[in-house]
Amino acid sequence: MKRIQPTLIAAALALACGLAPAATLRVANQGDATSMDPHSLNESLQLSVTGNVYEPLVGRDRNLALEPALATKWAQTSPTVWRFDLRKGVKFHDGTPFTADDVVFSFGRAAGDGSDMRGYTSSIKQVRKVDDFAVEIETTAPFPILPDVISLVYIMSKKWCEDNKAERPVDRRKGIENTASFRANGTGPYRLRERQPTTRSTFVRNPGYWGKVDGNVDEVIFTPIGNDATRVAAMLSGEIDMMEPVPLQDVERLKGSGNINVMQGPELRTIFLGMDQKRDELQFSSVKGKNPFKDKRVRQAFYQAIDIETIKQRVMRNAATPTGLMIAPGIKGFVPEMNKRLPHDAEAAKKLLADAGYPNGFEVGMNCPNDRYVNDGEICQAVAANLARIGVKINLQAESKATYFPKILRRDTSFYLLGWTPGTYDTHNALSNLMATPTDKGQGTFNLGSYSNARVDELTQKIQSETDQAARNAMIAEAFKLHADDIGHIPLHQQALAWAMKKNISLVQLADNFMPFKYITVK
Amino acid sequence: MAATAIQRFFDGDVWHSFRSSPMAIGAAVVAALCVFSALFAPWVAPHNPFDLATLELSDARLPPLWEEGGSAKYLLGTDDQGRDILSAIMYGARISMLVGLASVVLSVIVGVALGLLSGFVGGKTDAFIMRVCDVMLSFPSILIALLIDGVGRAMFPNAHDTLAFAVLVLAIALPGWVQYARTVRGSTLVERNKEYVQAARVTGVAPLRIMRKHVLPNVMGPVLVLATIQVATAILTEATLSFLGVGVPPTQPSLGTLIRIGNDFLFSGEWWITIFPGLMLVLIALSVNLLGDWLRDALNPRLQ
Repeated sequence: MKRIQPTLIAAALALACGLAPAATLRVANQGDATSMDPHSLNESLQLSVTGNVYEPLVGRDRNLALEPALATKWAQTSPTVWRFDLRKGVKFHDGTPFTADDVVFSFGRAAGDGSDMRGYTSSIKQVRKVDDFAVEIETTAPFPILPDVISLVYIMSKKWCEDNKAERPVDRRKGIENTASFRANGTGPYRLRERQPTTRSTFVRNPGYWGKVDGNVDEVIFTPIGNDATRVAAMLSGEIDMMEPVPLQDVERLKGSGNINVMQGPELRTIFLGMDQKRDELQFSSVKGKNPFKDKRVRQAFYQAIDIETIKQRVMRNAATPTGLMIAPGIKGFVPEMNKRLPHDAEAAKKLLADAGYPNGFEVGMNCPNDRYVNDGEICQAVAANLARIGVKINLQAESKATYFPKILRRDTSFYLLGWTPGTYDTHNALSNLMATPTDKGQGTFNLGSYSNARVDELTQKIQSETDQAARNAMIAEAFKLHADDIGHIPLHQQALAWAMKKNISLVQLADNFMPFKYITVK
Repeated sequence: MAATAIQRFFDGDVWHSFRSSPMAIGAAVVAALCVFSALFAPWVAPHNPFDLATLELSDARLPPLWEEGGSAKYLLGTDDQGRDILSAIMYGARISMLVGLASVVLSVIVGVALGLLSGFVGGKTDAFIMRVCDVMLSFPSILIALLIDGVGRAMFPNAHDTLAFAVLVLAIALPGWVQYARTVRGSTLVERNKEYVQAARVTGVAPLRIMRKHVLPNVMGPVLVLATIQVATAILTEATLSFLGVGVPPTQPSLGTLIRIGNDFLFSGEWWITIFPGLMLVLIALSVNLLGDWLRDALNPRLQ
C-alpha cells in the first residue's frame, strides 16, 4: 500500500493544480512507417508519423491550407527567389537551437543521394542563409507554388545528423540504414521515445514545444497490426483506442459495438496501375525480345479489361470512386469534365490484344502491396481475374510494403499498383512525380514504369511557373489529355478513408489521411 | 519384403480388429472420402476456383445455399473474390494432403535410415545421431519450419512455385524425422541381438543387407503407426504455416490459406469463408488420428 501513496499524492496534486489529465493513446495502423527518417520515403504514412516529430518550414492546418510552421512568414522577392523568415526560440528535442543552418542542411539532405523527397526539391537551385533566422530559396525557374511544394520537406538538426552520422538519408532501396531509422530529433510537438520497427513506436509530448497543441495526448503508442481481423479484434476488445484503416467489411460491426465511432470520408488518394514502358524486354513476362507495354493497344486492352464498377461494389463495398484521372476532386487543377474512364469492354480488349499481336495473351508479373492501401491485395486479385478473361496470365506478387516499396522504387517491376496523394494538393505534384519522364533531378520519381511524353514534360515545367490560373488550367487539361490518350497509366479509383476510434476521442480527420497527434483529444 | 511386412499386418488379427471396430471403419470412411474428394478435385469439384478467367467477381461473398441469398450454384457460398468455397476446399485439401504426405514420406525415409544406422552400428555414430536428435527436439517444430521456410525464401526470392513447395515440404519434414529415428533405433537395438540377426552375421551377410532385409521389416510396425498420426500433424503444421502466411504460394491456396483469408471476414458475419475449410481440416486430422490410434491398439500385442 505504501508504494502507491506517492502516485496518489502526485495525482491529487495534478488535479488540484488543474492540469489536464495525462492521456495515453494507442493507435494501430495496418503497416508501419518504414523508418523514422523523414527524407527516406515519400509516402503518406511515413510522413504522417514522422510529421509529429519533425516540422516543415510551411505546414498545413486542419483544412490543409498553408500555415506558418518553422517559418513565420514568406514572400517572393523576385520571380525565382523566395525569402523565409524563421521562427526564433525554437529548440530541437535534444536542446539544440533551431537556426538557418539546419534549414540549409535539411534541404541539401532532402535533395541529396538516397533521398526520396527529391520530387519536392527538384526545382530548387540553391538554399541560402541570409542570417541566423532567414533563408532565401532560389529556384531554377519562376516557382509561384514553392511554399505548397515544400510543406512535406521536414527540417532536421544539422548538428544531430552530423554527430550521429546520419547526414545521408536512410535508403531502403539499397538497404542503407543509419541512426535516423531508429531515432529522431525534430522540433515537433511529439518526440520519439522508443522505436521497435514493425512492432511498436512510442511518442511522448515535447514539453518545450513552441506552438499550441489542441489535443491532450501525452503519450502515443503506435502499433502496426497487419491482419485485418486482429486489428478489429484489438479495437473491439479495447486493446487499442484508434485504428486506421478500418477493413471495409467491418465498418458496420464496429459501428454497432456501442462505444466505437467510425469516421469515413473521401480521400485525396488515387489508386492506379503502372506499366513498364521503358525496357526493351519486360523483366517478368513470357514475351521475350520485346516489351508489349510499349504498344498502346496493349495498355488500352489492359485498361478496358478492368471491370472497375464490380471492383467498387464487391471489393471496395462501394467505399471508392472510380476515376478516369490520376488526381482526385479536391486537388488544385482537377478537371471534372475530363474525369471519364474508357468503358469496360472485355471483347474490345481482346481485339486490341489480338491486333497488337497477342491473340492468346501473354504472361506478366504484377507487384502489389497488401498492407498499404484499402484492400490493395484484393484489388490486384480482381484485376488479375479481369485480365485472365482476355487471356493475360498475371503472376501476382502481393507482399508487405516493407519489401514492396524498395523493389518497385528500384523499378524491378513490369506491372504494379500504386496510390498517390499529391503532397502539395496541387496537380503539378502528380504531373511531376507520376507522369514526367524520370530524370536524376527528381522528376518522375514515382513514374516507375517510365512513361514518357516530351510534350507532357514541357507542360509540367510550364505549369510550375505559370501564375495565370486560366492559362495554367488549360495546360493541365492538355497534359492530362495527352496522358489519357497515351494510356500512360491505368487509373482505378479514389479510396475512402475510414478510421475507427473510441467514442471518447475527438480529432480532426484530414483528407490526405495524415493523423497529427496534436489534434487528438481523449475525454 | 515390404509386401510381406504389409501382408503380416493385414493377416488375420489386424483386419479382424478393423472389422470389429466401428470407430475405425467410420474414420476410414471419412478419411477415404476426404482423400477421394481431394484426389479427384479437378473432376468432382463443381468449379475450378483457380481458373481466374471463370471467376465472377459479382458473385463474391454469397452465403451457403441454405442461408438467405444463397445460390445452388455455390453450395457452401463464395469467398471475397467469387470463388466457390466447396471447390476451393477440395482443391485446398488436395494441396494440404500432398504437402502432408510428401513431408511424412521424406521424414520417414530420413528417420528410418538414420535410426537403423544408429541402432545397428552403435558407438560414436549412435551417440552423434542421437545428440543431433536431442538438439532437434529442443526446438519447437513450428520454429524450425518457420526458420527453414524463411531461409529458403531469402535464398530464392523469385522462386518458382514448385520450389516453394519443396521448401515447405522440407520445412515440415525436418523436425519430423527425429521421432522415427528414435523409434527405429530402439527397436533395432532389440532386434540386432536376436538369433536370426546373429545367424545372418555368422553366415557372412553384409551389414547393409542385414539392416535392409532382416532388421528393417521387423521394426516397421511402430513406424507405420507413427507415420499415420504424423500425417495429421504434418497437415496441421502446413495449415499453421499457411495461416501465418508463409506456407504454400497464394496462387495455390491450401486449407490453412483459406482459413486465413476467411479469418478477415469473421467479424463481418461472412463466417462460411473460414468455417468450412476449418471443418474440413478438423475432419481430415480427426479421421487420420483415429485411424492411427486404432492401428496402434491393433498392433499392440498386450492389448489383444
